[in-house]
Amino acid sequence: MRGMKIYEARRHRNKIAVVLYYSAAVFGITWLVLILFTLLREGVGGLSLSVFTQNTPPPGSAGGLLNAIVGSLIMTGLGVAFGTPIGLLAGTYLAEYGRGTYLAATVRFINDILLSAPSIIVGLFVYEIMVAPMGHFSGIAGAVALAVIVVPVVVRTTEDMLRLVPGGLREAGTALGMPRVLVISRVAYRAAKAGLITGMLLAVARISGETAPLLFTALNNQFFNANLNEPMPSLSVVIYQFALSPYRDWQKLAWAGALLITFAVLALSIVARLLGSRKVAQ
Amino acid sequence: MLSFKKLEHFRTQNRYPLLLKMLSPLEKSGAKAKDESGSANSIGAFTALKYHDRLWFGGEFLVQALEQMTLADIAMESGRVAYISAGQRARVLRSFKFRDASFHGLTLAAALAVLILLGGVIVSLFIGALPAIKAFGFGFLVTESWNPVTNRFGAMAPVYGTLITSAIAMLVAVPIGLGIAVFLTELCPPKLRRPLGIAIELLAGIPSIIYGIWGLFVFAPFLQQYVQPTLIGAFGSIPGLSMLFAGPPYGIGILTAGIVLAIMVLPYISSISRDVFEAVPPVLKEAAYGVGCTTSEVVRKVVIPYARAGVVGGVMLALGRALGETMAVTFVIGNAHRISGSLFAPGTTISATIANEFTEAVGDLYTSSLIELGLILFVITFIVLAAARYMLMRIERKAQV
Repeated sequence: MRGMKIYEARRHRNKIAVVLYYSAAVFGITWLVLILFTLLREGVGGLSLSVFTQNTPPPGSAGGLLNAIVGSLIMTGLGVAFGTPIGLLAGTYLAEYGRGTYLAATVRFINDILLSAPSIIVGLFVYEIMVAPMGHFSGIAGAVALAVIVVPVVVRTTEDMLRLVPGGLREAGTALGMPRVLVISRVAYRAAKAGLITGMLLAVARISGETAPLLFTALNNQFFNANLNEPMPSLSVVIYQFALSPYRDWQKLAWAGALLITFAVLALSIVARLLGSRKVAQ
Repeated sequence: MLSFKKLEHFRTQNRYPLLLKMLSPLEKSGAKAKDESGSANSIGAFTALKYHDRLWFGGEFLVQALEQMTLADIAMESGRVAYISAGQRARVLRSFKFRDASFHGLTLAAALAVLILLGGVIVSLFIGALPAIKAFGFGFLVTESWNPVTNRFGAMAPVYGTLITSAIAMLVAVPIGLGIAVFLTELCPPKLRRPLGIAIELLAGIPSIIYGIWGLFVFAPFLQQYVQPTLIGAFGSIPGLSMLFAGPPYGIGILTAGIVLAIMVLPYISSISRDVFEAVPPVLKEAAYGVGCTTSEVVRKVVIPYARAGVVGGVMLALGRALGETMAVTFVIGNAHRISGSLFAPGTTISATIANEFTEAVGDLYTSSLIELGLILFVITFIVLAAARYMLMRIERKAQV
């Protein structure tokens, strides 16, 4: 009899716990779905052709986000162009030449810290080394700030992907008398190609929504600007400015921009994931 | 891909195929070669060839060819040199050596650049903060006032705001995040497991500004209208608790910022904990179920103790995010430089202060104080992240053993 009682009590406790787990999952996922839903509702309302064809408007009138979109594309592109080679080479060092060394372990540790360091700190850093000496905000400073964020992401994925390349392949190359540089560039890189591209796409996804590092490097610009030496607008900073404004038109544009960014980031992550998973499936 | 026909062509023409061309099928066959030969061995080249069926046709030829030549010869073949002298061969080998050394140097430089990056961040922030450090000294940390007019700056209010919002975020997000992870690994129907897991990982990539704008336009009004009046009504008359819920319901404030942060870090916590829960050997769980444990007992007494270090690491990573998060907080915190006992009161965090005031800061001392705030934030997050990495490294080592 007493055994049954304990058993009943345990079953009860289990039921309560399971209900709690379920409700945690439902609760958490509901919030996240709610955010996406709101974004879709408000964002689609603000989307129109003029968003892509007109520049950001002065307060109280209609306009678009053309200059911000172009600015974002330029700075993201440059950020990736600056950051990827450094990240790729450093990741190569960690996975190939430096494997097992103390230096590699240190670099890996520091890189992991940089990977999750607050992005606003990166903004301050680039302000100190570029904006302050140059005396003005500029698009190029924004691109450098984004590059600083790209580097650790690419280092991490490059190392992970190169480690997945079987050692037998490298030995095959070495046995043929290939120097290491060719083993890496012709064998390891090719075998890990899909993974390396995935890493780059993830880096693009990461920086395309960044706001904090651009606030005081690229600043913002009301007008269309492709001159890297001048302040440059970006979607995320425009969203920040417009969302906090009291003007209804600006707020609508902010939602439209938010939808664009989210859509772009999600699309990039999905493509990256598909590429990555195909690699694993092989 | 080298075809049999091509190999035959090379053979009849008495031309060695270019090794680099040969390597593209090698790449694809390599994984298989390693599996089937049991271990990677030093004559990997031949192993790889042997196990690649398409190459096997020409295998005999290739093996012969490879025995007679090295890459140096092939490199000259590609340069269309008809006769290979010893001198030419030495030159090619030298160039290989040089290219290898320079590539090694290049990658080493890039790896050092990562270290320099971190050093640069610390040094530049320190130099930028020097005027403020000189002016206020240690008192900066314990001064509440933030007054650009009188040039008196103190970090206490932003530091307090940063810590308290992150604490709220963790209080809310850790139980829910762990609940989601348990649901995904133990309770979820297998069909839903993958899509839900992917959805959560995708959500971790949504830019924080999206959470900010949602918090400002949707969540804050909702809190102001429904939740905050209820809380004030329920706890307003209880001594002790009334202090926490004092003041008018603004909507924006410390509590709102904390909850928005919680929603933002939720995907991190659940995806990392799910990964470490999945690393728990199934045998352990099966043994526990076998002796009659209930699901909740298995989770509490087997899964969580086994994965503890990893979970703590994941939580610390999320904490690092929460501490340094800028945009999601700046929208909803209210930006008031004061310390208030009430959760409904507007406050500020380090990152929100920097984001709001940096471009408008006039005067060296003002700017420098903001940079010193950044330095403090960096030191705090550095410690948290280093601890997180250490914990995660420990569980990785455990998983490998």
